[in-house]
Amino acid sequence: MSESALITVEHVYRYYGANCALHDVSFSVGKGEVLGLLGPNGAGKSTTLQILSGNLAPSAGQVWINGIDLLDQPKAAKLGLGYLPDQPPLYRELTVDEYLAYCARLHRIAAAQRRAAIDTAKQRCGLTEVGRRLIGNLSKGYQQRVGIAQAIVHAPAVVVLDEPTVGLDPLQMREIRALIRELRGEHSIILSTHILPEVQAVCDRVQIISAGKLVLNDSIEGLQRRMRVSSVILGLRRPPPLRELQALPGVESVETVEPGRFRLHYLPEQNPAEAVAEQVVANQWGLYELSPERMSFEQVFVDITRRDPTEQIVSAEVAS
Amino acid sequence: MIWHIASLELRRLFLSPLAWCVLAVEQVILAYFFLISIDNYLQWQPRLAAVAGAPGVTDLVVGPLFGDAALFLLFAVPMMTMRVISEERRAQTLSLLFSAPVSMTDIVLGKFLGVTAFFLILVAMIALMPLSLLVGVHLDFGMFWSGLLGISLLVASFVALGVFMSTLTVQPAIAAISTFGALLLLWIIDWVGGDRAGDYSGLFAYLSLLRHYEPLLKGVFNTSDLVYYLLFIATFLILSIRRLDADRLQH
Repeated sequence: MSESALITVEHVYRYYGANCALHDVSFSVGKGEVLGLLGPNGAGKSTTLQILSGNLAPSAGQVWINGIDLLDQPKAAKLGLGYLPDQPPLYRELTVDEYLAYCARLHRIAAAQRRAAIDTAKQRCGLTEVGRRLIGNLSKGYQQRVGIAQAIVHAPAVVVLDEPTVGLDPLQMREIRALIRELRGEHSIILSTHILPEVQAVCDRVQIISAGKLVLNDSIEGLQRRMRVSSVILGLRRPPPLRELQALPGVESVETVEPGRFRLHYLPEQNPAEAVAEQVVANQWGLYELSPERMSFEQVFVDITRRDPTEQIVSAEVAS
Repeated sequence: MIWHIASLELRRLFLSPLAWCVLAVEQVILAYFFLISIDNYLQWQPRLAAVAGAPGVTDLVVGPLFGDAALFLLFAVPMMTMRVISEERRAQTLSLLFSAPVSMTDIVLGKFLGVTAFFLILVAMIALMPLSLLVGVHLDFGMFWSGLLGISLLVASFVALGVFMSTLTVQPAIAAISTFGALLLLWIIDWVGGDRAGDYSGLFAYLSLLRHYEPLLKGVFNTSDLVYYLLFIATFLILSIRRLDADRLQH
């Protein structure tokens, strides 16, 4: 548990009957950090966030919010917590102003500061114009914003957002992402999503949950390193027989992409590009392309979540 | 904190047409009952005037009115309490309260007080009917206040049971019918026994909501009746708190 961590989760387990939804999940999030929680459907993302927000009690393990034990002192810990569930908890018959005023009261904001707190939250979420409208009459995108405004109205240290951009159009998604980036300054943010580019767009760090286990905990840079080169594309005007390419030093296997273009697979850390280039030039095969292939984020994700979950947790911190 | 939850609950009740509808129907039905009992009283009055110590207008009009009101509340309370928790659970708005710095006790008490406040408004409107008689007659205020206390305690008990039933389910309709069933059972539970008054009939009589209400309508204030209602309310509120707490531990 480091000094600056605003969220610390240690060895949390959660069982639904005999079914283990979360298995020994531990992580921490520092101040000003945005953590993206990724995972296939049913992997345990929402369960994790529900535990963090006090909506669900873990079967075992501990959670600290802002240094306060959530299970021992729930009231004190929840003062520093804002939570947007996957379904925004809105009272449709209230106006936006009434609703936010109620949320501010629930979080013990003094009457004198309430007006200002609500105005700030509305302004940040682009709700200034709709303050007097009924929540039930707002569009889905605006309702989502009200949900976020509700989570930040008391300026909590920790903001937990469960799939904040689900069901929004691309324009609204961009706005919400911009808002999350803007909030990063003074809050720690955890958001869950299954939209991969979203993580790359807004998060500093990524965690992938699969079948209730944390299978990856890495920074965005680390993740990009992970999208490592494991093949090169080679384009030749006068290609030799396939077995000659196969015989090139460092090459594991060769497949033909199209006539004259080949994909050379190699073992990690044994990039054959240099040797290949020398050979190709020496044999005058007519080189016109030699480019490394990058794994997409999606491939990394599929790679990791498909892997046997009993494998070890891959953690950049442990490695470095 | 309890106050904020209660006031929002009351406010939200009045934002739904149901609350206004219940108030309107109640006024019509009870005004009719009130009219009938006044009519009856006027028929009997000449004969009663001749008898010394005969029942007065408070006995013959105010008591029966509060008695009939209880019958109306037996139907009305389940309609209003059914949604307090179950609908929030269904619309997934409960997580707002669960992630806010409030305890389960705050939530249950807030909800209970909010709905009870609504019914106290309704009781106040009923009380206006006999008070309108003050224009022409003198009321026995001891009896009036005792009846008012009785109906207030009764309605608070109804609400406590309704809130508990609402914590048990996600379907408001199930909460409504269960509340109604439980209230009705507690209403008639002392009918058991009859002539063969066995050992248990005393217990059933004690459990009956009606048995503790009738003395108050006659102006008889007994602490044991007060304690019965307070225990009843406390029991169901504690059960509600425990049930809501179990939501976090579910499955």
